[in-house]
Amino acid sequence: MSNTPHLLVHEHDDNVGVVVVEGLTAGTEMFCCVTHDNSTFTLTAEDDVPIGHKIALQDFQEGDTAIKYGEDIGKIIADIPKGRHVHTHNCKTKRW
Amino acid sequence: MSNYSNMTFMGYRRENGRVGVRNHVVILPVDDISNAAVEAVANNVKGTMALPHAYGRLQFGEDLELHFRTMIGTGANPNVHSVVVIGIEPGWTKRIADGIRETGKEVAEFSIEQKGDFETIRAASWAAKDFVHKATEVQREECSIKELWVSTKCGESDTTTGLGSCPTVGNMYDKLLPEGITGFFGETSEITGAEHICQKRAINDEVGERWYKMWKAYQDDVIFAHQTDDLSDSQPTKGNIEGGLTTIEEKALGNLEKIGRTSQYIDILEPAEQPRSGDGLYFMDSSSAAAECVTLMAAGGAVVHTFPTGQGNVVGNPIVPVIKITANPRTVRTMSEHVDVDVSGILRREMTIDEAGDALIDMIRRTANGRNTAAEALGHREFSMTKLYRSA
Repeated sequence: MSNTPHLLVHEHDDNVGVVVVEGLTAGTEMFCCVTHDNSTFTLTAEDDVPIGHKIALQDFQEGDTAIKYGEDIGKIIADIPKGRHVHTHNCKTKRW
Repeated sequence: MSNYSNMTFMGYRRENGRVGVRNHVVILPVDDISNAAVEAVANNVKGTMALPHAYGRLQFGEDLELHFRTMIGTGANPNVHSVVVIGIEPGWTKRIADGIRETGKEVAEFSIEQKGDFETIRAASWAAKDFVHKATEVQREECSIKELWVSTKCGESDTTTGLGSCPTVGNMYDKLLPEGITGFFGETSEITGAEHICQKRAINDEVGERWYKMWKAYQDDVIFAHQTDDLSDSQPTKGNIEGGLTTIEEKALGNLEKIGRTSQYIDILEPAEQPRSGDGLYFMDSSSAAAECVTLMAAGGAVVHTFPTGQGNVVGNPIVPVIKITANPRTVRTMSEHVDVDVSGILRREMTIDEAGDALIDMIRRTANGRNTAAEALGHREFSMTKLYRSA
């Protein structure tokens, strides 16, 4: 792969991806890669997001489910536009 | 045949046939009040290692059995050449010493009552010195890869562990378990959110059902019985959250990447229990706290531990080398003295999981041959007993 990705996504079903570079700033046209088959796409980051943190690949509404590894990783607790930061302020476990 | 069927390493063959990769003379306290004597002996006799700990008095029932199992398993581990056991009284001291003796290795036992620390330390130091002379004459010999027992547990995980370092360990197990190694994974609380997947990774339905029952019992008897809030500061940890992990489900799915794509577990172990069902992968019911989990797996007989980390857990173990693997480029940049295997190339798509697995296997072989890990070089000897409930 010639370009170094900004964002990695595990599976095609996933609706969140992981920032894998330090110092990502809002407005960056991110080069994104789905690790399952190395397919690529681009997406604009709408927040400054630290390395390791997640970005929404779609518009979310409160009550939606976040999908990563093709699996349920928790409930969305606030509306999140595509490209914005997804973390504890807007996503919560369904377990405890 | 894979590339690894003829792999060998230079290890220490013990009396019971097991193979170790280190050659420690351990000075083991039965209880907390024997720590001072144990540390004095280790100070007198160079080349020995004291393992002070916080427990061993007035425990009872299952908690006491776990204490004995951890003490005996630690002494019995093939990375240990011989053991000096010191306790306050002779009864429990003998029970632990005899348990270790079943391996055939040399054990000397001492109790403090009616002698005092001075006389105990004097006599135990003579025994320890004799063991050091014997241990330092033992030679490594060539051993098959199948004789290696390798455990895993990750710590201070973040989203990069699920992308890189945990799949690296999984790739290693997928390659080495078919060669006949014995493997351990565990972290019962940290499978929550991926339990439906973990149950299906059992060798058959019967083992899977026993696994689910064990996992559910932990949820009901520990988490739901003791929680005062939603555990959001404990699981995931503050470090996990800083690293981008949001929920236990997300953490668990990344954690389970450590058993790869094809590996199946063949049985379930109690904490610190030694495998008795032959070669293969075992799930050990264990805490997700790093030092406790590694201590339990070492007591179960693992001789090398693989430890994926994201944010940079620095844990080590006194008797088992702990190999640190990270895919997080910030951790490589800021904490490289703790990193044995850098797989951050996975995130840049410069390194495949297959290549990362090969790099880890190479580091396991070198570590088994004697290379000191980062944790060993930095003196990380965390020895933490798991306690099930209050003592009497």
